[in-house]
Amino acid sequence: MTKLGVDTMQITWPAEGFTRVPYEVYMDPSVYEQEQLKIYRGPTWNYLALDAELPQNGDYKTTFVGDTPVVVTRDSDGEIRAFVNQCAHRGATVCMDSCGNTKTFTCVYHAWAYDGKGDLKGVPFRNGVEGKGGMPDDFDPAKHSLQKLRIETFCGVIFGSFDPHVGPLQEYLGEKMCGYIQRVFNRPVRVLGYNRQSMNNNWKIYFENVKDSYHASILHTFFTTFGLNRLSQRGGIEMDDTGMHHVSYTYGSSDENEDAYKQANLRSFNSKYKLEDQSMLQGRKEFADGITLAIQSIFPGMVLQQIHNTLAVRQLLPKGPGHCELHWTYFGYADDDNNMTTIRMKQSNLVGPAGFVSLEDGGVGELVQRGIVRDKEKSSFVEMGGITVQSQEFRATETSIRGFWKRYRELMGY
Amino acid sequence: MSVQNVKSASIELKAAIEELFHSYADCIDNDELEQWPEFFTEECIYKIIARENYARNLLVCVIYCDSKGMLKDRITAHRHANIYEAHTYKHLVSGVRIVGQEGDAYLVRANYAVFQTRQDGITEVYNVGKYVDKVVFVDGEAKFKEKIAVYDTSMIPTLLVTPI
Repeated sequence: MTKLGVDTMQITWPAEGFTRVPYEVYMDPSVYEQEQLKIYRGPTWNYLALDAELPQNGDYKTTFVGDTPVVVTRDSDGEIRAFVNQCAHRGATVCMDSCGNTKTFTCVYHAWAYDGKGDLKGVPFRNGVEGKGGMPDDFDPAKHSLQKLRIETFCGVIFGSFDPHVGPLQEYLGEKMCGYIQRVFNRPVRVLGYNRQSMNNNWKIYFENVKDSYHASILHTFFTTFGLNRLSQRGGIEMDDTGMHHVSYTYGSSDENEDAYKQANLRSFNSKYKLEDQSMLQGRKEFADGITLAIQSIFPGMVLQQIHNTLAVRQLLPKGPGHCELHWTYFGYADDDNNMTTIRMKQSNLVGPAGFVSLEDGGVGELVQRGIVRDKEKSSFVEMGGITVQSQEFRATETSIRGFWKRYRELMGY
Repeated sequence: MSVQNVKSASIELKAAIEELFHSYADCIDNDELEQWPEFFTEECIYKIIARENYARNLLVCVIYCDSKGMLKDRITAHRHANIYEAHTYKHLVSGVRIVGQEGDAYLVRANYAVFQTRQDGITEVYNVGKYVDKVVFVDGEAKFKEKIAVYDTSMIPTLLVTPI
């Protein structure tokens, strides 16, 4: 395979290892090209969709793996499939809508038609017109399917991989990460909607931010401003064996129940500002373990969040060296009552592009990208909480950022 | 009043409602955000929702407020809690039309375009959509009982903190 010069860039990583990140990895176009090959088309499992988004046979949605357009379907047999959204003929996308239900995907350019499995079913004028033209005699439709991805599903979360040799999904996720996914997807979910956000920074800067529990109480001042912060909250970081995935978790107070929540919210006299409408934070205890906030990242670009009663998957999509998108899928459970849905909607003000405790995340990445523009040879310094990659029972740490870079370097060969 | 009567609504009524839309936009664009909740009735709804969600009856909004208190909290957070790059908005609101009536509320639609100018001085089209609103008169003054900004621009650039 011709690599078209994508291997021309060789990063020299600082001797300190994963406690340093050379700024050029956020800017160099050839690094970006290599990431598409070695990470997104490499031995990774990429979040594609939730099973709940494709309930009926024939349902589909379009998404991406890295920057490759992909269609996810539930075929006529009820199986989940995914293929590259690129006609086998001349490369046009075969599906333009973001979601829907269909038996066939027909390329508008020359009407080559594919079924929900991605197999070629029809080629107009295959035998020419009035005996003239048409495909050669040896044309075999079976050799011109859409490019298929491997699919595995865990707890109703659909992942795809371009790599025929990547190990099974659950092995990739590891036991601990499977446990946290299972914790949230413990019963059928109901999709509540989407938000999409674009950011003028490299995708890795956003992913580092997700893994960075150090910044949370510094940058996001919503809770402290309104006197809603409980400093006694326990929490920590858990990682899988490779360090590439992580969960950052926080417990509510030990005596937590709904009344305690309400009192805590009302006991905000120490703060200068007070919420006029306290109902926004009056939620329900949903998880028996008492964890009220869990942010999980799955390498290379999935985030699963539980922030009080808001549940969402964030899909991080690279769109060039200095640009990325974040697609939020919010959900609740199929058995939620109306009141629970209202709670989720009210609390959704905390998250998303306009979220009281997450809107800053959209902005800081751009500050980094702008700050480093002329210093490709310099590096960031990532030593908070030590210089190792390991689970820790505290949150003033950058351990999971180091875990990301450890795995990133292995895949990229840096 | 039937829809037919709404179409022939008095010039005074139309003018009062148009004035509400324009002074609302002016309030935001002039950074007089403390006044922003006052354009709403005591019991009110304010949402900014993607066209995608609105069309598919999905509930998720970028901003979801179901009380005037929540509107005030937005502004308090805007002024004192959230951290973001300074920016200004310029609303262009057009096509304000009364399309129906529901009890004492007029159903009003309008199109909007919001331009954002950030610190680098570049102005960009930030958000474009339509307002799907309910307007009532309280002591003779037009107020939003419900204001839903349904945006076509499916991608929010960077972040959204100032109301639309």
